[in-house]
Amino acid sequence: MAGNYNWPPMESRRQMGKSYTRFEGIEKSTGRAKYSSDLNRPGMLHAMMLTSPHAHARVKSIDTAAALKVPGVTGVRVVAAAGAELNWVSQEIAIVAANTEQAARDGVRAIQIEYEVLPHVVKEDDLSKVGDRATPAGEQVTGDPEKAFKEAEVISEGQYGIPVLTHCCLEPHGQVIEWKGDVINFWPSTQNVSGIGGDLAKNLELPATQVKVHMDHVGGGFGSKFPSDRWGVEAARLSKEAGGRPVKLFLDRATELNMAGNRPSAFAKIKMAAKKDGTITGWESSSWATGGMTGGGMAPLPYVYVNIPNKRLNHTAVKTNGGPLRAWRAPNHPQASFLTCAAIEDLAAKLGMSPLDVMAKNVAWAVEARRETYLQQIKKAAELSDWNKLWHRRGDSGSGVVKRGLGVGICTWGGAGHLSNCNTTIHPDGSVVVELGSQDIGTGTRTIIAQVVAETLGLETRDVKVNLGDNAYPQSNASGGSTTVGGVCSSSRIATVNALDKLMEKVASSLGANADQLEAVNGKIQVKGTPGKSLAWKAACQKLGTQAITESGRNDPRNPRGLNTQGVGGIQVADVSVDTETGVVRMNKLVAVQDCGLIVNPRLAESQIFGACIMSICGALMEERVMDAATGRVLNPDMEFYKLAGISDIGEIQVHLMIDAEQDKRGIVGLGEPPTIGGIAAIANAVANAIGVRVPMVPLTPDRVLMALEERRA
Amino acid sequence: MQAFEYASPSSLKEAVGMLSSSWGETAVLAGGTDILSLMKDYIATPKKLVNIKGIKELGGIAKQGGGIRIGAVVTMDELASSPLLRGEYASLTQAAMGIASPQIRNMGTVGGDLCQRPRCWYFRQGFGVLAKDGSGNALVPNGENKYHAIFPQGDAYFVSASSLGPALIALGAKLKVTGPSGDREVAAEQFFTAPKSADGRETVLAANEIVTEIHVPAAKGIRNSTYEVRQKDALDWPLATASVALTMKGNTVSKARIVLGHVGPTPVVAEEAARALEGKTVTADLATEAGKAAVANAKPLSGNGYKLQLTRVAVKRAVMQAAGVRA
Repeated sequence: MAGNYNWPPMESRRQMGKSYTRFEGIEKSTGRAKYSSDLNRPGMLHAMMLTSPHAHARVKSIDTAAALKVPGVTGVRVVAAAGAELNWVSQEIAIVAANTEQAARDGVRAIQIEYEVLPHVVKEDDLSKVGDRATPAGEQVTGDPEKAFKEAEVISEGQYGIPVLTHCCLEPHGQVIEWKGDVINFWPSTQNVSGIGGDLAKNLELPATQVKVHMDHVGGGFGSKFPSDRWGVEAARLSKEAGGRPVKLFLDRATELNMAGNRPSAFAKIKMAAKKDGTITGWESSSWATGGMTGGGMAPLPYVYVNIPNKRLNHTAVKTNGGPLRAWRAPNHPQASFLTCAAIEDLAAKLGMSPLDVMAKNVAWAVEARRETYLQQIKKAAELSDWNKLWHRRGDSGSGVVKRGLGVGICTWGGAGHLSNCNTTIHPDGSVVVELGSQDIGTGTRTIIAQVVAETLGLETRDVKVNLGDNAYPQSNASGGSTTVGGVCSSSRIATVNALDKLMEKVASSLGANADQLEAVNGKIQVKGTPGKSLAWKAACQKLGTQAITESGRNDPRNPRGLNTQGVGGIQVADVSVDTETGVVRMNKLVAVQDCGLIVNPRLAESQIFGACIMSICGALMEERVMDAATGRVLNPDMEFYKLAGISDIGEIQVHLMIDAEQDKRGIVGLGEPPTIGGIAAIANAVANAIGVRVPMVPLTPDRVLMALEERRA
Repeated sequence: MQAFEYASPSSLKEAVGMLSSSWGETAVLAGGTDILSLMKDYIATPKKLVNIKGIKELGGIAKQGGGIRIGAVVTMDELASSPLLRGEYASLTQAAMGIASPQIRNMGTVGGDLCQRPRCWYFRQGFGVLAKDGSGNALVPNGENKYHAIFPQGDAYFVSASSLGPALIALGAKLKVTGPSGDREVAAEQFFTAPKSADGRETVLAANEIVTEIHVPAAKGIRNSTYEVRQKDALDWPLATASVALTMKGNTVSKARIVLGHVGPTPVVAEEAARALEGKTVTADLATEAGKAAVANAKPLSGNGYKLQLTRVAVKRAVMQAAGVRA
């Protein structure tokens, strides 16, 4: 019998759709939750890295003899030997293991090294100064942009920039690792429990079966924690060399910010052609970006409005001596949203129109499947932000020193469930356990799986044990690209339906019915609609005798059986106040209107959006990697000048999730990235609306805001 | 950090006796909010750390001789919440509350606020307090200097990080400094100095001296206030601050003190701004004039011209706040 995997009808759900708080929330907020970086194993060694102080250099010589003589040092591994080229500050050179953290540090400082310092380029904001580091991509032309601009009733032009950000994970990258005999026990901080062991094994040229991955919690990843990394590989080797003693190596804050991942920058000169009624007829952009020595790809421009009929796109990748880019929550989308929405806002200001009207007017240029969603979202966002009352024409914000303004940003994302396998076991004593090689990077993975399983079995969430965080569990893909909730909910639904079907086959005869006439509700197995003919859950499970049932389920992204799908829109409106004497921007409110199909847990979904909005506020107002042209250093690899919002900087965040029958029938769509995308655009546009002039570069720090105001006056 | 010897004496005499007469050999530990980060970054590598937080005579806030005595190891939180200061010494309370982190207010001390080293990001990365590269080129003037001085002194481009310095100078405070040969008194205004060499320091303290207490004269009737321009409401270094103390005769300012913070390697006494107020009634326009006068002699760098504006505003707002004038 093929199971009926469909989600139960929205109105009859008892567990799914309920706003449980995250099950491990208390554990996490009281510090009882143990992250891999909290682990201390018996006999553990500590490892520290020697990293490059130069943005570009060659290792002339390296001598580790003195390091090996430091008391407590047990081993040194060199990864950048004489002759090696170093291409960014903090690039790994050598790793020292020792009995204590301090001895490891002393060992690092005892290494004798000489560098040949080579020329570097670390800044890309001025494309004319990057010399041979620029690699233009070919021009892409659609339609007839020349004609569109010639015939345009209005042309709007602007230049915009968004800098490199770092992931700044609160739990830095790293691991505890123990290589004893044939087995490596690996406790990483990762968003890739099922995959990271294989990656490590490949780097060590071992069979993947020899690596056992364990991780209960991860303190932030945002796209930067997929691979095993140099520090994982070398820590493993140091463990082996030390006879299997565990080795702990977590990056210090400066190294974390210097080279454990960043979001590429994006700069663009954008020109738009339009009719007086706001219809966009042409787009020209000339963009550039860096994400380190690999350059930086083009953000998807024009964003959302992909079908603008006449387009000319140019892009230049710039190689800079900075740490390498890694995926950053919605790769290239916040940049694209900012560049596009800033240009639309500037066009709207020129037309004297509301940007919401211009966005709605041009919705035909968005993909067809999202058009209606955007129109609904624009309407809702206007309502929640009190747009009709508070919005004014650009700069028309009264005579006071503090100016208030509103702005809008837009998003699009996929979010289909990833490949995920799950085992559900029903024990004869009635206990239930589900196992997946997955992780919780903020999604509330354990909580939502328990809701799905409890829903399926007619139980309470407390009756279900969810085991994640071990690669011995069935393989489930990495948490990236907003794929986790769709993937794990679908696989656990399928596995649990399969297990329940087996249980029903066992108990059917004692209820005098066929298995397909039974249902699991309210802690019972009963004949459908007949509570009188039932067995309590435990009594039903006792019929299994000594044999537990274990069934598997798999979410196959090629056939998600209607359980999950992809494709969302999203509109955010920011309401800001700008002190025009100091250039300080304060958030009044950020409204986030978001669709995401069937929602398993509204509170956790809302929580995802809160986090995303806070990241947007940081990115719009304060966060930026500051590079020094002369020394090639990142000047703010710390939590002091790498500025992030505190609670008092955030203002009100109002989330509106579209929960209705239409959305529900789509199935689950991932939510991690979409709400991270439009906020920067919304905030930057709100500031332009408030002060009457575009601040071309985010973050909107006082110096930039005051400079824009000064240029306007001049 | 480099291994070090730790001492926790219970008397001031003992503590002073443990300090070396040359910088770098020993260091004083109170709240540790600065020295520990300097040590972790190997900017400071003392062989011995002398904890003075356990020395009773260094604590306490009390009335004394019409003014107020503040012990050097009083925490910023004790200072901010002291009823003896609130109102009469509003500028000090405001300055302490500007450190928008309860954790740092709980740990950081008054003496530490005055003696902390610059936050200049070149200094913190090991390029020295005058921030020069290996060839002796100054990194700040053409580098990333948006948080640096608009009143540089010589080769010193960093800004004094002290929150309390400007207010103490404006109020005419005196510091008691204790060394091996006993106590000496230093006017708050004379305490800060711009180093002239890479191994120079930012205060007149000798390596074996400790700031032990602060005396602030009576401020009854002196309207005083601190205004900080900070980008963030949460913990963040101010971009520019002004502390003012106005002695009033009726509605007229008879004497004014205006001291700027975070714009120079020492707090900057803005004489001309003060003169602009004296003999006049404070209005928004007059406060604006004072703000302009405060930066008349500023020398901004390539990337910090905006701090002129922030300083003007800080002065204007501090003056208006002190005088109780609304915009």
